[in-house]
This record gives sequence, C-alpha cells and structure tokens, in this order.
Amino acid sequence: MALTKVFTRPDSLRDINFHFCPGCHHGTAHRLICEAIDYYGIRERTIGIPGVGCGVFLYNYFDLDVCEAPHGRAPAVATGFKRVLPQNIIFTYQGDGDLGSIGMSEVIHTANRGENITVFFINNSVYGMTGGQMAPTTLLGQRTTTTPYGRDFRTEGYPIRMAEMLAPLEGVAFAARVSLHTPTQVKKARKAVLRALDIQIKNMGFSFVEFLCACPTNWGLSPRQCIEKIDGEMLQSFPLGTYKNRQDS
Amino acid sequence: MYYDVILSGFGGQGVLLMGDILAQAAMLENRQVTWMPSYGVEMRGGAASCTVVISSKKIGSPLAEEPCGLIAMSKPSLLKFQDKIKSGGLLIVNTSFVEPEMITREDLKKICLPASEISYREVGDYKMANAVLLGAFVSFSRVVTLRRVEEALDVFFREEKQKLLPLMLKALQRGSRYVLEMDGGS
Amino acid sequence: MSERQILKGCVALAEGAIAAGYRFYFGYPITPQNDIPEYLSARLPQVGGVFIQAESEVASINMLLGAAAAGARAMTSSSGPGISLMQEGLSYMAGSELPGLVVNITRIGPGLGGIAASQGDYRQATRGGGHGDYHLIVLAPNSVQEMYDLTIKAFYLADKYRNPAMILADAILGQMKEPIFLNPPPLVLPEKPWALTGARGKKAQLIKSLYLADGEMEQHNWHLYEKYRRLEREEVLVETDLQEKMDVLLVSFGSCSRMVQSALDLARSRGIRVGFLRPISLYPFPQQAVREVSREVGKVLVVEMNTGQMWDDVRLSLYPGCRARLLARPGGGIPAPGQILAEIENLVKAGDGIDESVHQA
Repeated sequence: MALTKVFTRPDSLRDINFHFCPGCHHGTAHRLICEAIDYYGIRERTIGIPGVGCGVFLYNYFDLDVCEAPHGRAPAVATGFKRVLPQNIIFTYQGDGDLGSIGMSEVIHTANRGENITVFFINNSVYGMTGGQMAPTTLLGQRTTTTPYGRDFRTEGYPIRMAEMLAPLEGVAFAARVSLHTPTQVKKARKAVLRALDIQIKNMGFSFVEFLCACPTNWGLSPRQCIEKIDGEMLQSFPLGTYKNRQDS
Repeated sequence: MYYDVILSGFGGQGVLLMGDILAQAAMLENRQVTWMPSYGVEMRGGAASCTVVISSKKIGSPLAEEPCGLIAMSKPSLLKFQDKIKSGGLLIVNTSFVEPEMITREDLKKICLPASEISYREVGDYKMANAVLLGAFVSFSRVVTLRRVEEALDVFFREEKQKLLPLMLKALQRGSRYVLEMDGGS
Repeated sequence: MSERQILKGCVALAEGAIAAGYRFYFGYPITPQNDIPEYLSARLPQVGGVFIQAESEVASINMLLGAAAAGARAMTSSSGPGISLMQEGLSYMAGSELPGLVVNITRIGPGLGGIAASQGDYRQATRGGGHGDYHLIVLAPNSVQEMYDLTIKAFYLADKYRNPAMILADAILGQMKEPIFLNPPPLVLPEKPWALTGARGKKAQLIKSLYLADGEMEQHNWHLYEKYRRLEREEVLVETDLQEKMDVLLVSFGSCSRMVQSALDLARSRGIRVGFLRPISLYPFPQQAVREVSREVGKVLVVEMNTGQMWDDVRLSLYPGCRARLLARPGGGIPAPGQILAEIENLVKAGDGIDESVHQA
C-alpha cells in the first residue's frame, strides 16, 4: 500500500532550518504565508519586503524575490514596487517596533492610500533583535530592558492596537488580529492570511494581518509559559478578531 | 548687443507675463535670453518682478546689478529699483499708479505714460496695461522689434486665451504709438 | 534638431527625466522646488506614468528605493530639510546598489533657513550625506539647457553604476527661464537582470545591504570603493575656458558660475588674463583638471554661495605651490559680477604669495 504524504513543507519555503529561538512564532507565521502563496500559485510573481528585526532574514527562507527595506519603511518600499509592478503580489513583513513605532507614518499613509499590498505584522510586544527593549505594543507592567520596573502608562503610554487603528481607514479592505499560540488559533490565522492575499489578488485594497507571537528569549519565559502569557494578558490587551473585511471591490 | 531690464509691479499686473513675452521675442530674433523672476514666500498680492537679459553672446548672470532699463507699474517697485538703473538708462513708469514726482533720478531717459488708463479707454480693458508698457519699451529701446513681440504673443494666447490676442496687439501698438508721438522722450 | 523653446529650469529638468524614460515620481512639497511636482502631476499621467505625493520625504525616498529595485527609472525631488530626511534611504540605496535620481533644488540652511539660492549643501551631496562609506553621483547644472541634459545624463550614470545620483541645483536654476533645445539622445534602457520582478522561470533574487558574515561587509565596501574609483577615472565632467599665461583661474559651479562668467567677461575686457574652470560633476570632482590647470596659474579664486565647501576639494586638488582664495557668500547672498571682478583685480595686484583666505563678497 502506497503511503500518501499529507503534511509537507510549502514549495515557497526553502528547506533550511529556521534560526529562530525555540518557542518563537516567526517560523509559524513564515509557514502560513508560504502555504497561502502556494495555495494561490503566486510564488513567481510575489515579492516580499521584510522590515528590520528578526524577520529580516525572511530572505533566507522564502523562495521568492525579496527586497530589504530600511527600518519602518517597508510599506513605502512596497508602494514603489506595486506602482511599478501592479500585476505582482507585494507583501511586507514587519515587527512591532518596525511598524508600530518608527514606521507608523509609512504604514498609516500606505493604508490610507488603499495601496493594494498586504502587511503582515508580528506583534510580540518587545524588540527582539536589539535585545528586548520596550515596543509600542509592550503590555502595561511588562518588564523589558528599557522598562526595568515594568511599562507604566504615566511615563511610557499604552500598548498600541494597530489592527483597530488601521481598520477604520477607507483605504483598508481587510484588517485582522490573529494568534499563533494554539492549533485552533493557527487554523484561524491561516484563513486570515489567505483572505488578506485574496484581497490583494482581487485588487481590493490594503490588507493587514497582525499576529500575536511569543518571544521566549526576551520575555524570559519558557515556550510553555509564553503560551500561557499570550492566552492570558496578551489577549486581554489585544483582542482577536476581524476588524474589517470588505466584500465588494 | 547686451540689454538687461527689470519689469516690476504688483502681483496680478502681468509683470511676469510681460517679461515672458519679451524673452520669447528675443529668442525669435535669435538672441540669447534669460528670464529670472523674483520670488518670495508669499503667493499673491506682493511685489512681483522679473529680470530679462538679452544678448548676442552667451549670458552669464541672469540678474541685473545695474539694469539698462526699468519698467515700474507700482510705487513700491519704482522706489525699490530706480536707484539701480544704469546712468543714462531707461525708466518707464505707469503713471496710472505712480506719481511722476516720485522719480528721483535726473540722469535717465524717462517715459511716463498712464498705461492703465490708456488700456481702459482705448483698448477696453484696464488689464492690458502691461502690453501698453511693453509696446512703449520695445519701440523706445529697440532691443527687439515690435513685430517680433507680436509674433511672440502666439505662444501665450492659445485656445481659450486666443480671444485676448486682438486686445493685446492693440495695447502693444498703442504703447508703441505713444513713444513715436512723444517729443523725442523727456 | 528641435526648435528652441523657452522653459523654466524645473520644467526642463522634468522634461529631461521623461526623455530619459522615467515614469515614476515620488515627492513631498517643499519650496523652492514645487514647480517640479506640480508640473509632473499633470505631465506624468499623459505619458502613462505614476505620480505620488508621499506623506514625507522619508516615504518618498523609500518609494524610490522600491521602484528602483523593481527596475524602473524613478525620481524624487526636494530641498534642504527634505534631502536631510532622505539620507537614510540614500545610504540604503547606495548599500543595496540601486540606481535612482534625487533632485536637490537647494535652499539655505542649517535648519529651516530660507528659500533663496544657496550652495550650502555641496558637502552633504558630495560626501555621501548618510551613514557609511559611499558617494552619490552629483551633477551640477548651470543653465536651463543643462537642467535638461544633465538629468538625462544622471539617469544614465545611475543605471550604469547602480548608484543613486543627484542633481544639485538651486532656486536660480529652478526658476530661471532660458531658450533650450529638447534633443534627447536615443532612449536605450539598460537591461537590469538584478531587478526584482518575481521569480518566474528564474532563481529567486535578493536586494539587500545587510552583510553580517565575517568579512562580507568589508568585501562589499571594497567593491563599492572600486566602483567609485572607476567613476573618478571615467565620468568626470568639467567645463574650462582657458587662456595663455593666465593671471588668475576662477573656479565655480552651478548658478554661481553664471555670475563668475559675467565677471570673467568684464575682466577680459579690461585686459586681465583670466581662466575659468567649472566642475559639472561635483562627485566625481575634477581633481585632475584642477591640478593640471592650476599648474599653469599661480593663483586660483574659488567663488561659492556658502562659506567654503567646494573650496576644500579645490585645495586638495591644487598643484603644489599654487595658492587659492575664496570669495564667499552664504545665506542667500549672490556674489555680484562687480564684486568678483574687484577680487580678481586684488589678486592680480597681490603678487605671488597670496594668503589662502576667505573673503566675504
């Protein structure tokens, strides 16, 4: 009896081990995006633009054209690409510091122009690559290397909710927050990624998926404790859901 | 051959266009020419001026330290520029807006003409004062021929603006006639 | 040969860009270069192009980066403060070896400064401006014709060397009108096999400036170094107007060189033997030309609309023993031909051992 392979590596994902720390969800997000690219058969016309952070090494893993962008500027770089190559599928892959802090202006205006691109946003509430400093999405009370006493709203303000902030803009066709901490949530995330790219393929405008992810190294927690943290306080600050899903084009 | 002239007045009086037309005419005569506007932060209503340099050779500076001529359509522009004019140079003043008593230079050739009134009474539209002055300027200075200026108008009055062309021509000719009828300047 | 027509400098530049096959503009309004985006917002759609008013200069330069990485000829334009904001993107473009054109219609700095003509951005333009070991290709027109011709040239050089290029001009050149010929060279767009258009039928490609492995970045820097040396050997643009046995050599660039041209005519009409050298490419700077010409002249007068920036490059290039003096006007002042003439006459009288000093015009 012949065996059927039911679970394989997506074609768009190179056969290379991730460098990500154990318990980090970048790998899961990478896989979901590559699965969706395979599903639509768009690998050969897709260009990825990672921001600066742990996600920058996307080009080592994704088997498609990739262009680096300066910190926070990926949506502007993506705009340049999309206007030159309107038939191509353009996505950015940005962390919370990249998108929600230094690149806030670029993402808001790209969304507001209704630029027909997809933004994947990795929210792990901390700066990963630079060593665990406060991110705009850091939870109140969360200790980071620059909030050693915990984030205090009186001095550091509040965690910023990107999906809710972008959804009301007219140019945004799709905005959702998903999480990658349980199999059920991964399944829901897969649907959101598929829909986001579907929106772009149908020229419907700007699409945005925010992933809640763990950063065990900079949170100082085990992978299992990270899942509990996401399931508890992170979901309270960042409610999951689809905040916009335009049906007409 | 070298001639530089400052054309000046209020924004809206057509000062820059007058310079544009002169520059175009100079080009049609196969001269080298530059047109340089003054510009400020303000968009409207302020002073407006431009410098046109016409030469038979390659032009260096597009600005005029000591212009050969000045056309002043407003009091502030006369006050600002009259001291710069080269001795023996030409000053043309629109006396519809500027009292001739404000002219302090004695060493210039002067043409004082009520260009706005002439434009209103004889052309039917006071806005053609710039063309009246330009007609007077070229007929007196002879830096380009009046005929070239008439030819030059074509570029600026096309399509919906074409209906203004006869008025411009009339105003130019009226300004030119003013000079020819003058008693050899004043 | 087309007929002569009178155009404003900014418009000539925009038409030059279109003649060079460029179809993508990204920019943010700032005086005194607004004629460029205003003109292009109407003109580009007529030729199937794209005009985007970006949310900032930071976004403009990164849109340019994206369009360049996709293989297009693209351009942005700005002035002083906006150019400062673009330095990050320019450094990334140089590091990623992406071509593209940035137009700087300069204003006065530092800070918000003012909008009058100035040459105070020479150093920022020619030294790189952003972080890291790189140069922009910098061309400095001095006429409306050159606003057109050098824009075409800048696109060509940017593509040839895969390096961002800059047109450095100012409000005088942007606002001035002159008759020009619009005679574009035949449009030959280079192949760009490195451009990212999707991995269809070919291996996936990567454009980046991050090199973390041992020695990789050093190697990359040496590669860029070789490119800049080649530029210095092969792409220098300079205009000279020399005489036998010159008393003084005048060196000036951009709009200021027009005032110097007038002073030169005045000086020669008085029998002074004056030469003129105008760097057109500010980077690569015409070092060799300055060295050779200054060998024949004991005295050099540099005239600039800043407090002495190109002066550094001139002094680095002078033939040993030749002395230079600077006539400077920063802050929006324009050296008048009469002032330049007076300085020339001073130098002629001064005998051989002039001091290297800065004189305010």
